[in-house]
Amino acid sequence: MSELNLTPNIDGADDFYAELLAAHEPLSKEDSDALNARLILVLANHIGDRGVLSAAIEAAKPKA
Amino acid sequence: MNKIFEVPLYRYERSADQDASVPVRHPVVVIGAGPIGLAAAIDLAQSDIPVVILDDNDKVSFGSRAICFAKRPLEILDRLGCGHEMVEKGVEWDVGKVFFDDREVYRFDLLPEDGHEFPAFINLQQYYFEEYLVNRVRELQGQGAPIEIRGKNRVEAIGSHDDHVRLEIETPEGPYTMEADWLIACDGAGSPTRRMLGLDFVGRVFEDNFLIADVIMEANFPSERWFWFDPPFNKGQSALLHKQPDDVWRIDFQLGWDIDKDEELKPENIDRRLKAMLGEDVQYELEWSSIYTFQCRRMEKFRHGRVLFAGDAAHQVSPFGARGANSGLQDTDNLIWKLKLVMEGKAPEALLETYDSERIHGADENILNSTRSTDFITPKSEMSRILRDAVLDLSEHYDFARPLVNSGRLSVPCTYDGSPLNSADALEGGPSRTRPGSPCPDVPLGDDYLLPQLANRFTLLTIDADAPDEFEEDGIKVERLALSVTDDKTLALKQRYLGTADSAVYLIRPDQHVAARRDIWNETLFRAALRRATAKE
Ligand SMILES: Cc1cc2nc3c(=O)[nH]c(=O)nc-3n(C[C@H](O)[C@H](O)[C@H](O)COP(=O)(O)OP(=O)(O)OC[C@H]3O[C@@H](n4cnc5c(N)ncnc54)[C@H](O)[C@@H]3O)c2cc1C
Repeated sequence: MSELNLTPNIDGADDFYAELLAAHEPLSKEDSDALNARLILVLANHIGDRGVLSAAIEAAKPKA
Repeated sequence: MNKIFEVPLYRYERSADQDASVPVRHPVVVIGAGPIGLAAAIDLAQSDIPVVILDDNDKVSFGSRAICFAKRPLEILDRLGCGHEMVEKGVEWDVGKVFFDDREVYRFDLLPEDGHEFPAFINLQQYYFEEYLVNRVRELQGQGAPIEIRGKNRVEAIGSHDDHVRLEIETPEGPYTMEADWLIACDGAGSPTRRMLGLDFVGRVFEDNFLIADVIMEANFPSERWFWFDPPFNKGQSALLHKQPDDVWRIDFQLGWDIDKDEELKPENIDRRLKAMLGEDVQYELEWSSIYTFQCRRMEKFRHGRVLFAGDAAHQVSPFGARGANSGLQDTDNLIWKLKLVMEGKAPEALLETYDSERIHGADENILNSTRSTDFITPKSEMSRILRDAVLDLSEHYDFARPLVNSGRLSVPCTYDGSPLNSADALEGGPSRTRPGSPCPDVPLGDDYLLPQLANRFTLLTIDADAPDEFEEDGIKVERLALSVTDDKTLALKQRYLGTADSAVYLIRPDQHVAARRDIWNETLFRAALRRATAKE
């Protein structure tokens, strides 16, 4: 089982971020929420590893 | 119209107990002639233990209620002598379709595994199910078995004592009292027994209503399970269509929480819904309709001294997944052989404590599954709906999302992992599905099948291994069933019981669950396993 990678891992981080925003750009709030939800599921399936997924959910929770 | 659920099947008759000057004591009394109470009583009577069933009614379940019965309960019913009737009458199915909004997003095939005597699922009205059980009771009575059903006998009060239970019973001809060494309470989700003994029933109530309409119509839909999320004809809610015998179709509409039940149940309103779903020109006759809400909850303990709870009285689940009656039958399957050994003095009462632990394990599994299905079908927050819809959208295009769609995880039997009755797994390379605690999977044996040969007693199943033909330990007899892979044309025996091992010896309980297994016979260890499986160590 691999560990959740929380160090920088995306080549061209600015490009990725712009692409993510662009995908949302034409969408209503409702459609945007739906896109996010689909994206999470697609990424989660790609990761697959249950331990990593749990660690990711934990890492994303609001910090006190 | 003279539907089976409108005809009295066990009319009130005066019993000699009502005229006795001292209350008559019976070995076992069962309260409730629903599916679970009838199964419990048949199981006892087949073992020649006298049993009286009391029911406040005299007919089978009104309307249909349960329709979907799974393989394991059918195997249990076969052991009780009425599995084949159910399958012959029932509708077999293994394809399901999922619709989202106005489109079909995917279809699934249960792809039932070959080499089982019973199908993965059948649909059958609960009234037929109960009728066949009552027929079986009559058949046993014809053979002189000690089993009795008393219709219109309502239990009004229960006194629980160390070594017996006292029952106050109301009948059309007035009250009487009787006693029982053991009481099995199968009196349904509203269990008066539970209430009379002041016992709790905690869990989660779902704020939703479902309208069920069982309609008789000649329709060309295939025998498939069709499930709609958010369909145009029931916006924001769900719906289900499933076939039953005699051209009866189960249609289930989710209604939401804030509704007017009387209004929804008016025939003209049901008609409006049916036409929106099936088309303006649909011809049908409404057999039965009702609105139900549901809970997922269970008792903290299923055994309270001499009172044993089973079925809906002990635990209640949402109907998604068809786990109600299906799991209740697994309760009595688990309970009756234990009770019999305790009554015969061949096992300590501690064995009954494992009814509690094993079936609570089963109930928790069922509650978990049906709660998750319910959360998917009826999302409780905005984000839960967004995620749910995302899963459904993706499932139309990508395989990966389909396992996340949850329109009910259909009933599968529970493996009693961690049960104190199991001995440690000692079969290296043995398949996981037959590890100790598992229900035995069926295997074809020529023209016959394995499971009927494992029923009602402890069995030593040997596969290419030597062992004595029988042995006895502290009053309990074990008979051997010797099989060999050389006769195993389909390889099912090897796949399901050997894995990569060359030989195996299994100790199998009377309820067809595995108690112990290893590669070869070892007298000391199998005697210890039998003692363990009967709570003697
Ligand atoms: C809409 C719906 C759909 C369902 N679908 C399925 C399905 O597809 N598959 C499935 O497995 N399950 C399904 N179920 C669940 C299933 O119907 C129940 O789990 C099952 O009926 C429970 O059986 P039981 O014998 O425990 O209780 P019940 O069937 O409720 O029987 C209890 C009996 O006790 C009697 N009784 C009560 N009080 C007293 C008293 N004081 N004295 C004497 N007698 C008394 C009653 O008259 C009754 O006959 C469904 C339920 C509903 C509502």
